[in-house]
Amino acid sequence: MAEILVVTSGKGGVGKTTTSASIASGLARAGKKVAVIDFDVGLRNLDLIMGCERRVVYDFVNVVQGEASLKQSLIKDKRFDTLFVLAASQTRDKDALTKEGVEKVLKDLADDGFDFIVCDSPAGIEKGAFLAMYFADRALVVVNPEVSSVRDSDRILGLLQSKTRKAENGERVQEHLLLTRYNPERVERGEMLSIADVEEILGLKVIGVIPESPDVLQASNSGNPVILDEQSAAGQAYTDAVARLLGEERPLRFTTAEKKGFFAKIFGG
Amino acid sequence: MGLFDFLLAKKPATASVAKERLRILVAQERSTRGGPDYLPLLRRELLEVIRKYVNVDADAVKVDLVKDGDHDVLDISVSLPEKADGTG
Repeated sequence: MAEILVVTSGKGGVGKTTTSASIASGLARAGKKVAVIDFDVGLRNLDLIMGCERRVVYDFVNVVQGEASLKQSLIKDKRFDTLFVLAASQTRDKDALTKEGVEKVLKDLADDGFDFIVCDSPAGIEKGAFLAMYFADRALVVVNPEVSSVRDSDRILGLLQSKTRKAENGERVQEHLLLTRYNPERVERGEMLSIADVEEILGLKVIGVIPESPDVLQASNSGNPVILDEQSAAGQAYTDAVARLLGEERPLRFTTAEKKGFFAKIFGG
Repeated sequence: MGLFDFLLAKKPATASVAKERLRILVAQERSTRGGPDYLPLLRRELLEVIRKYVNVDADAVKVDLVKDGDHDVLDISVSLPEKADGTG
């Protein structure tokens, strides 16, 4: 049984694609067969973050429209044998995707033995975002500790509870909250919403907290999902989040400010 | 957090402000979610009518749809200012 996991947020720029790439890579590293699909038709980006932008021949819209087979369109990852990317179209618009077309692609992937299908949602609450979440079994809601992102996440949680296939069948999409761009120093100074604040407002526990880190930009610059950077706190935090998605219990890390040395305290830093 | 920071005026911590604003906003948005589309418009028109007679704040009128057993109750509450001086 393939599990369909949507990575969504409402607000743009919070780290959906970074998260999709890392979660998909982490699941594949854990031995799962994974497809990650870019639903942002017209603004393809997952291919860049995954580092396979020069190998896109056919895309998601081509498959939905029957212009290419799924096999032709899935791009095999160079790092993991069980990881495949389905790129978004760069030239078509979001109306090129249909509910029936998306459903068929997801079903074909499930029949092909995929364990996880990760759907990277576009920002907003329009058609692309709606289709990315509609068939989901689980949702990873990416949120930044910032007012507009938290508000939009609550909106998205409302849509997950009403505008999905599971909701229409009287079931519930399993929701997970992933807090990204977290800065423990700023939280301790009272400048940033804390994990507990966000959990309390949204009424949901976090499945992971990714610290704000320069490594995320370094990773996207080079086309390597940050989870593969094992030296990086952000990478390790993603690894923990993947383990929790797979049912493991792990304590949160990188969520408290590092103790500063004597000199740093005196001179600032 | 260095020695020289003492020379600068400390800005008030804003995270608690953010939390309080979000708490109120999210609760309000959740209460209207899934309800009929006309509720916000009804609230606005009620406010306009009331303002013809009493000068109330923009948030003085609350319109909620409450489930009571198997029927819905439209719950409208208007809070008047301390000294309700009729201006109409």
